[in-house]
Amino acid sequence: MIMLSRVANAMYWLNRYIERAENVARFIDANYHMTLDIPDSASDQWQPLINTTGDNELFKELYGTANRENAIEFLAFERKNPNSIFSCVRAARENARSVREYISSEMWEQLNSFYLLMNDAAKEDSMDLPHQFFVNIMNSSHTFIGITDSTMNHGEGWHFGRLGRMLERADKTTRILDVKYFILLPSMDHIGSPYDSILWGALLRSASAFEMYRKQYGRINPHKIVEFLLLDSTFPRAVHYCIITAMISMHNITGSARGTFDNRAEQQLGKLLADLNFASLDDIFDQGLHEYLDGTQTSVNEIGSAVHDVFFNLHIEDDQAQVQKQSLA
Amino acid sequence: MRFEGYDTEGFFDEIFDAKGNPRPGADLLIERFNGLPESELQRRQKASEIALLNMGITFNVYNDDKQTEKIFPFDIVPRIVPANEWAVLERGLKQRIKALNCFIDDVYNEQKIIKDGIVPADLVMSADGFRKPCIGLKPPCGIWCHITGTDLVRAGDGEFYVLEDNLRCPSGVSYVLENRLIMKRTFPMVFDACSVQPVTDYPSRLLDMLQELAPFGVRAPMVVVWTPGIYNSAYFEHSFLAQQMGVPLVEGGDLVVHRGEVMMRTTKGLERVDVIYRRIDDDFMDPKAFRADSMLGVPGLMDVYRKGKVALANAPGTGVADDKAVYAYVPDIIKYYLGEDPIINNVPTYACWRDDDRKYVLENLDKLVVKAVNESGGYGMLIGPHSTAAERAEFAQRIKAKPRTYIAQPTLALSRVPVLVNDHFEGRHVDLRPYILNGKDGAYVLPGGLTRVALKRGSLVVNSSQGGGSKDTWVLNADGASAAALTDSKGGK
Repeated sequence: MIMLSRVANAMYWLNRYIERAENVARFIDANYHMTLDIPDSASDQWQPLINTTGDNELFKELYGTANRENAIEFLAFERKNPNSIFSCVRAARENARSVREYISSEMWEQLNSFYLLMNDAAKEDSMDLPHQFFVNIMNSSHTFIGITDSTMNHGEGWHFGRLGRMLERADKTTRILDVKYFILLPSMDHIGSPYDSILWGALLRSASAFEMYRKQYGRINPHKIVEFLLLDSTFPRAVHYCIITAMISMHNITGSARGTFDNRAEQQLGKLLADLNFASLDDIFDQGLHEYLDGTQTSVNEIGSAVHDVFFNLHIEDDQAQVQKQSLA
Repeated sequence: MRFEGYDTEGFFDEIFDAKGNPRPGADLLIERFNGLPESELQRRQKASEIALLNMGITFNVYNDDKQTEKIFPFDIVPRIVPANEWAVLERGLKQRIKALNCFIDDVYNEQKIIKDGIVPADLVMSADGFRKPCIGLKPPCGIWCHITGTDLVRAGDGEFYVLEDNLRCPSGVSYVLENRLIMKRTFPMVFDACSVQPVTDYPSRLLDMLQELAPFGVRAPMVVVWTPGIYNSAYFEHSFLAQQMGVPLVEGGDLVVHRGEVMMRTTKGLERVDVIYRRIDDDFMDPKAFRADSMLGVPGLMDVYRKGKVALANAPGTGVADDKAVYAYVPDIIKYYLGEDPIINNVPTYACWRDDDRKYVLENLDKLVVKAVNESGGYGMLIGPHSTAAERAEFAQRIKAKPRTYIAQPTLALSRVPVLVNDHFEGRHVDLRPYILNGKDGAYVLPGGLTRVALKRGSLVVNSSQGGGSKDTWVLNADGASAAALTDSKGGK
């Protein structure tokens, strides 16, 4: 089966945007619940959340100081924020629309309903039940993944989609860990205080990791939390798991054998995987957690641009002098 | 809800005759609809609209930046065409497309019809759809026009007339298929009882026909559908047809001419394309052959096409034959090439470049519909009986200034079909666009077509861009239930 570069690109981004919307919804929801438990520090928990998304400059320009209302507005509905849930779902749908004949009708219809749900919510003035709304978004994302897995060939296009989703998820998990860890670190001095497990629990909940962590490690321990979110190979939101899965999809796309590579994207992904395979918590803390997370994020970004160069922006000698560029109106 | 009290108001109604009795084949439908529980029809109408919205069966509206997608309004009362009427339409449409294809081939090659004085040379050359780069082209099997959607109307006399030939990129067939799907879901029992001819095999027939066009020697042809992109008003249809045929949907940026062949950019490098079902206008296909400023096109495409290394459906240049001025000559064109009288007539047409016709038109503007020959979609029209004196004066000026660009036709009392309006039925005017596939083994007419309906009370404009909607069109089988219904109604039921 042949696959158009444009279609591969749309599959990849469609999945990245859905994943991004889900992550933002979970960040907001976890933060919201945490602030309900500790009312006095509520106001200063929203700015760090904005920082997680990397859009703090735009936020400052549009809203100034962060509070609960404007942070939720910005992260969930703001059309000017390209990474708001609304913008992500809209972009996902636009991508799906451009490959509607390639994906299954079930995928399209589910995503279209998802978009209509978002669109209706965006028109409402106030949200009485924010929790239900964010749960709906997470559910819609999970439903989409399930429908995709059970209605579409697990061929090249499906693998491009999963590659996109895994890179996005790895990126988001490193970000939430990076931002939250250093805010929460001071509280390590008074471990055992009543808020301690609430704060660290919220970090785990931001990655849907609370229950799975508890089963594996029991007690809340900041180092163990880092190990779990970064290096676990079976928890689906752990960075290591994401990169393992991304690598499987990459090999399926290129046809390369395990441990080999065919192009720069595959090579970089393989290097990152090897690093995570053999990383230990001690080494990471010796190097500095922030530095390590920063390096991982940079690698994920570089893999993303290599995927673009290798698969989406095919460079060929044209019969005509100039290569036509797709107009992205 | 019942049909009792439904008034045909003196118009030809597709479902009821002048006395208010069901027409042949329609009685079963009416009986079943009348038998539904109170408010059941409204409930099903609402459910079908929600289904269309969730399925994303929408079209884009250009002049509205808030809501850029709308569902094409759909009415759940089907239009019924009995088998005997359909048989005549089918023969007439095949005859017409055969003659028009001969005309296009002739115009770009020998030009016999011009030399024999049947159609004036300047009229052909000045047609908006005439393409100089097509002169001398010899498309595979001599077929230029592979896919056609002809607009028919039924007038007050009960006769069908051809209103317009759409020979470039006719759209709407996806709505025919989706409307049918919705109707089968909404009224499975009614549908089953009525014995309706199927339309679902259209995509298979389209694919078969496109594959036949592949250049000589190509064993497993790569067929693609070419769309201008997601912002095109018919994007849903492009993507739907590609999906139903199982072929790639491409945009201009996906295609490139490489070493004398048309290729597409894939994740594994370049792949050759053999047949392109293009849903993009001639002007935007190849900036080297047509409009140089086109951003959508593939430079060098026409060279490859001329050498027979890629097939295009429809061929470029077919628009010369659906020009509204050329339209006036179609009866003569049929006679010239086939030696036959037209089976379906043209709407009587006054050509403003003929002195007698122009005089008549200018004297009778209040009774006529005046159309600019280069406009479509219901734009550039004057509907005489609904016009103001100022509008008529303006059109009179325009006609005198540029007679070549105007035709006029009598205002037709288009036939009507009941539509659901809140809690009762009202008659609305309709047209009918059947679809014709023209392959090397002859033409095929899809039994059905798009029935477009003017949803505004009294309106004659059915175009979706001007507030029109659509209905499913049920062409009945010659035998079975419909035949039984025929005899029943003759028995005076």
